[in-house]
Amino acid sequence: MVDAMGALAVTTVDLARIQFATTSLYHFLFVPLTLGLAPLVAVMQTLWYRGGDEAWLRLTRFFGTLMLINFAIGVATGLVQEFQFGMNWSIYSQFVGDVFGAPLAIEGLAAFMLESTFLGLWIFGWDRLSRRVHLATVWLFAIGSWASAFFIISANSWMQRPVGSTVTDVRAELTDVWELFSNRFAIWAYIHVLLVGLTTAAVVIFGVSCWHLVRGRNQELFRHAAKLALIVGLPISAVNLGVGSQMGVVVTDYQPMKIASTEAQWDTCQPCSFSLFQIGGFTVDDQTPSFSIQIPHLLSILATLSWDGEVKGMNELQASEAATYGPGDYIPPTRTTYWSMRIMAYAGTLVFLVFALGALLYRRGSLASRRWFLWLGVLTIPLPYAAALAGWVLSEVGRQPWIVWGLLKTADANSPSVSTATIATSLGVFVALYAALLVVDFVLMRRYARVDPPELGGEGDEFALPAVEY
Amino acid sequence: MDLQTFWFCLIVVVWAMYFLLEGFDFGVGMLLPFVPRSDAERSTTLRTIGPVWDANEVWLVVAGGATFAAFPAWYATMFSGFYLALLLILFFLIVRVVSFEWRSKSESPRWRAVWTWANTVGSLGAPLLWGVGLSCLVYGTPINSDGDFTGNLLDLFSPYTVFAGIAVVALFAFHGATFLTLRTVGELHARAEQAARRLAIPAVVMGAVYVAWTVAVAIDRNDKDLFPPVLPAALAIVALALAVLFTLRGRSGRAFAMTGLGIVAAVVTLFTSLYPRVMVSSTGFGNSLTVDSASSSHYALAVMSVVALISVPVVLLYQGWTYYVFRHRVGDAPETVG
Repeated sequence: MVDAMGALAVTTVDLARIQFATTSLYHFLFVPLTLGLAPLVAVMQTLWYRGGDEAWLRLTRFFGTLMLINFAIGVATGLVQEFQFGMNWSIYSQFVGDVFGAPLAIEGLAAFMLESTFLGLWIFGWDRLSRRVHLATVWLFAIGSWASAFFIISANSWMQRPVGSTVTDVRAELTDVWELFSNRFAIWAYIHVLLVGLTTAAVVIFGVSCWHLVRGRNQELFRHAAKLALIVGLPISAVNLGVGSQMGVVVTDYQPMKIASTEAQWDTCQPCSFSLFQIGGFTVDDQTPSFSIQIPHLLSILATLSWDGEVKGMNELQASEAATYGPGDYIPPTRTTYWSMRIMAYAGTLVFLVFALGALLYRRGSLASRRWFLWLGVLTIPLPYAAALAGWVLSEVGRQPWIVWGLLKTADANSPSVSTATIATSLGVFVALYAALLVVDFVLMRRYARVDPPELGGEGDEFALPAVEY
Repeated sequence: MDLQTFWFCLIVVVWAMYFLLEGFDFGVGMLLPFVPRSDAERSTTLRTIGPVWDANEVWLVVAGGATFAAFPAWYATMFSGFYLALLLILFFLIVRVVSFEWRSKSESPRWRAVWTWANTVGSLGAPLLWGVGLSCLVYGTPINSDGDFTGNLLDLFSPYTVFAGIAVVALFAFHGATFLTLRTVGELHARAEQAARRLAIPAVVMGAVYVAWTVAVAIDRNDKDLFPPVLPAALAIVALALAVLFTLRGRSGRAFAMTGLGIVAAVVTLFTSLYPRVMVSSTGFGNSLTVDSASSSHYALAVMSVVALISVPVVLLYQGWTYYVFRHRVGDAPETVG
């Protein structure tokens, strides 16, 4: 009875985790599109600058508007992320600040500052700067956003695979900053996130273009945009499937428990088959699925890059981790890891297939006339978002019970001075505020994705971006 | 100078930059419902800070990140201890950020009024609470021997800290009004000038009382002597007095330089009054966090120092260039060079 009550009571740590999950996932709804649109808008502007084709200028301004609406919320919610470590996770912050703080501080000073300053210059600088300098500002914005992602991913990767540091009695201390930034986990995760960003932007550009094409509006203009989206999206989404798969190999090396849980693999196997779909088999008490579809050898190949590779099971890993770290439950929530990985992989594959089909139709010259396909292009827009969010759920939930792998447990990392009621209050505030923002943002994005890109040389300021008519 | 002190100074620089720069865009936001009379004028008013407010806010991100990296214990105790105040600050900042973007997205007067006021409330609420929160560092809050905050939201409010919050708001309003005077033309310019004249004396009196009170608090509660905090305090008072003088004589460029200098000197006063502690404990002075007890290891600080010494000058250069690019006065449309 006491146990049951304990299981039902929501603890401070639970609430802090729910808040972190909510605010992080929400933040990451906006990040990939900025990461991808920044360089693609820069490419559009470059095409206009070099070729003089005004269609690219109109597209620069059209997609630049969407990028701005999106960026504003990314900034506001990013601040919450930075403050939240200290607010909800003060023991974590004290423990890791020496190591984890460095990439965060460098991100602010060297990357985010660049991003924000040059975005301001880009938006308001159309008639203040020469064309060449103005083009440079959008590229610097893109470079800033990519650099920013690198430092954040480095910080997160240290939580997954702590390197370049040593642990004293009371905290982790940085010993080698190059090791921190050349963490093999960080390099692959960074490439993966950048490609996710480019894929997301390509899907959004493609989907918006399809919508305009199906309406028969601005045909010439959006055929340009659709072509660019296909040129970027097809190879990038294909390569990203490979990079994501390589990420699995890296995780197998450093976080075997995460992989075992992701595959709901209770017993060590060799060779291992990959489960495409299963019912049951997600808890210690129910280790055998009542139904499953398996592909022989595929898990061995994905996790170890060999036909007969061994993948350790959760039962064996649980025993060895308990021996190393002391008694406790070292198995992450397996149903969540299993399904988040599959949502990510299946959505990513679907995106690639849509691009492949789109490229085929484009080559045949029949893209604009296949209405069913154009609608498919529009409906693809949510997929990269689903994949990206599921990927973060996998990465972070799969790390449990650790907050820093092997060094500090999530349950020991929250703020002792913050009460359950306080976190409940702030969770309520964020959920309400974020929900309201999401609705308004969605309405605005939708509206500005559907307007006709204005003709050049219209009334008033030739270069006014609609998003900044304050 | 050891690395702990160097990083303490660097954090002072970052907060000073934040208050100097975001100070005027907060001020402009506070004046938004009052100084401009029409919707077009409100848009013009927002355009004066449009290109820069976002980058100004990044100084706050840097302040948070630098504190986290260089003084993890300070960051952990302050951010978990001042929880609800920071939650409110985040709320104000988020509402304000989106108000910039969304205000122009509909022609409806109601919609525009909502986001005008959202901007104003955010622009007023955030600096008010920063004034309260940062003043608490030197005034003292309940901190136990583990370095954990043991109080609640009400412990942050005392006559001194509340006055500090109001003084920050008043100074920013004045700072924003002088900025607006510099960047506008015609009737809007005349009204901005009038607002600056009205705000000058009350803001400066409050600012002067604030720095003097801070030095007194430092002597009384933080075991400091009159010297050195009195030096930046005196500088702040002189600069603010000159700001009044220049404002009344219609020299808005010089007035803006002096409000800026006054705000920077006030930030320096606060942190000089605090050093070598970073958070004073009101329950046991020995529990106070110091630059030594709260700092990161030597290696981490050294790495970060290299990064900071390279990045900060570069950032100042390109931000300075931004202000040069957007030095022209903003008219109704098209823009007027002034």
